[in-house]
Amino acid sequence: MQATRRWERRAERLFVGLCLAAILLPLATLVWLVADVVIDALPRLGPDFLTSFPSRRASSAGVFPALVGSVYLIGLTALFAVPLGVGAAVYLEEYGGRGRFSRLVELNIANLAGVPSIIYGLLGLAVFVRTLGLGRSLLAGALTLALLILPVIITATREALRTVPGLLREGSYALGATRWQTIRHVVLPMAAPGIMTGSILAISRAIGETAPLIVIGALTYMAFLPEGPLEPFTALPIQIFNWVSRPQAGFTTAAAAGIVVLLTTLLILNGLAVFLRNRLQRRIHV
Amino acid sequence: MPHRDTPTVSKISVTDLQAWFGTHQVLKGISLDIPARRVTAIIGPSGCGKSTFIRTLNRMHELIATARVTGRVTLDGEDIYGKHVDPVLLRRRVGMVFQKPNPFPTMSIRDNVLSGLKLTRTLDKATSADVCERALTRAALWDEVKDRLDAPGGSLSGGQQQRLCIARSLAVEPQVLLMDEPCSALDPIATARIEDLIHVLREQVTIVIVTHSMQQAARVSDRTAFFLMGDLIEYGTTDQIFTGPSDSRTEEYITGKFG
Repeated sequence: MQATRRWERRAERLFVGLCLAAILLPLATLVWLVADVVIDALPRLGPDFLTSFPSRRASSAGVFPALVGSVYLIGLTALFAVPLGVGAAVYLEEYGGRGRFSRLVELNIANLAGVPSIIYGLLGLAVFVRTLGLGRSLLAGALTLALLILPVIITATREALRTVPGLLREGSYALGATRWQTIRHVVLPMAAPGIMTGSILAISRAIGETAPLIVIGALTYMAFLPEGPLEPFTALPIQIFNWVSRPQAGFTTAAAAGIVVLLTTLLILNGLAVFLRNRLQRRIHV
Repeated sequence: MPHRDTPTVSKISVTDLQAWFGTHQVLKGISLDIPARRVTAIIGPSGCGKSTFIRTLNRMHELIATARVTGRVTLDGEDIYGKHVDPVLLRRRVGMVFQKPNPFPTMSIRDNVLSGLKLTRTLDKATSADVCERALTRAALWDEVKDRLDAPGGSLSGGQQQRLCIARSLAVEPQVLLMDEPCSALDPIATARIEDLIHVLREQVTIVIVTHSMQQAARVSDRTAFFLMGDLIEYGTTDQIFTGPSDSRTEEYITGKFG
């Protein structure tokens, strides 16, 4: 008895230790990486790095157009992807039924979520840049990224819609609400925090995407800001990619500083979204 | 007050009602008349089709994908399954309260009460306040919540939540109120309050209540229908069903031999 008990306790401690290691190991690696980048970036980090245009001289090269381009790009991407994704999910979940068409669409969405992003870039190049004649513009980039994250948003929204209890829908129908009124006033407000979470994750992914933007022809050197959605653009990951591939040591520092800016942007956007989501969540009292 | 057994005109008239889930027949030809401004209780063991029955009266049954109904149900003489009847409009005349209180979690007490009305029209402030007070008063909840109408509906106790759901239904001014075991999730005190409320409401609306509790049926209803395996076994005044049932199965059920 006593011996078994002791063995059990030891096994438990071992398990907890393994789980803890599973957290600490990746976390430590991440901290190391971030610290390394920040240290590399220190000489170049400063307000003027944010407000300067790229330059041939590493010491004065800045991230301004890339930062502005990324913010525009993400804003536009969210503008297209979130309403489309939520709309598609509402249709599939609430109206589509369980027919063959619905299952076919479902299968395709699941597949699309796994397609490499460079393929989306090629698609964007063919459809948006060439066929629709949008050129190598912000709009073409945003539409490409929107396409890329659409499956993620659709899947997350459907999950969120599925968690809304049937009893609440019935309560709404019993009051004489139509299906749309039920979705609008009961289902969507309940699912909103979940939809937000999914959209945040999807948009965060889009911020870091490089490959599709290179394929559709984002600029690597910009001495001006895009003045409209049809203007050429660059984005943070493109700028970083460009600097990393330069031989001069100064550009390595600039790239590190660019990474810090990208991570900070990501953190701010995510923080904002989490804040909004929590406010939505607080409105729900079950 | 008229005597409980005084017959009134039929509010709802059901003829040979049959209902299915897929190939499983849940109701096997029900015919009965539900009197206006009286309380009619539906009793019977689990799975006898009593919930399905009241869900055919406001066409909630058909919301389930595989569900099917045949037969005739009239409300004030009009066939509710007629070609030109919009189930959405029907449900504004025939309200429903569910087993578990289901106030909308994203809405305040006030918005819960007004939720049904807001579907059809925009309410100005004064009307909203009037409607809200009237519905909550009718549901015997006003005094408990009048100082916190902006609090979330989910912050109330279970019994209060159920009365909020009743207020929400009443705000739409239905002529019929269907109650599907409205007290099954409540404690005895909250149950007693709902039963008192039913007593008052029967003067104004026609109530059909499904209940698991025979004591409850005896306390609140004027008429009682006993269902068994999708058949209507016996239907009559509550006194008659509980004191002198004519079918042996009814007697066995109400004396607790099965169920």
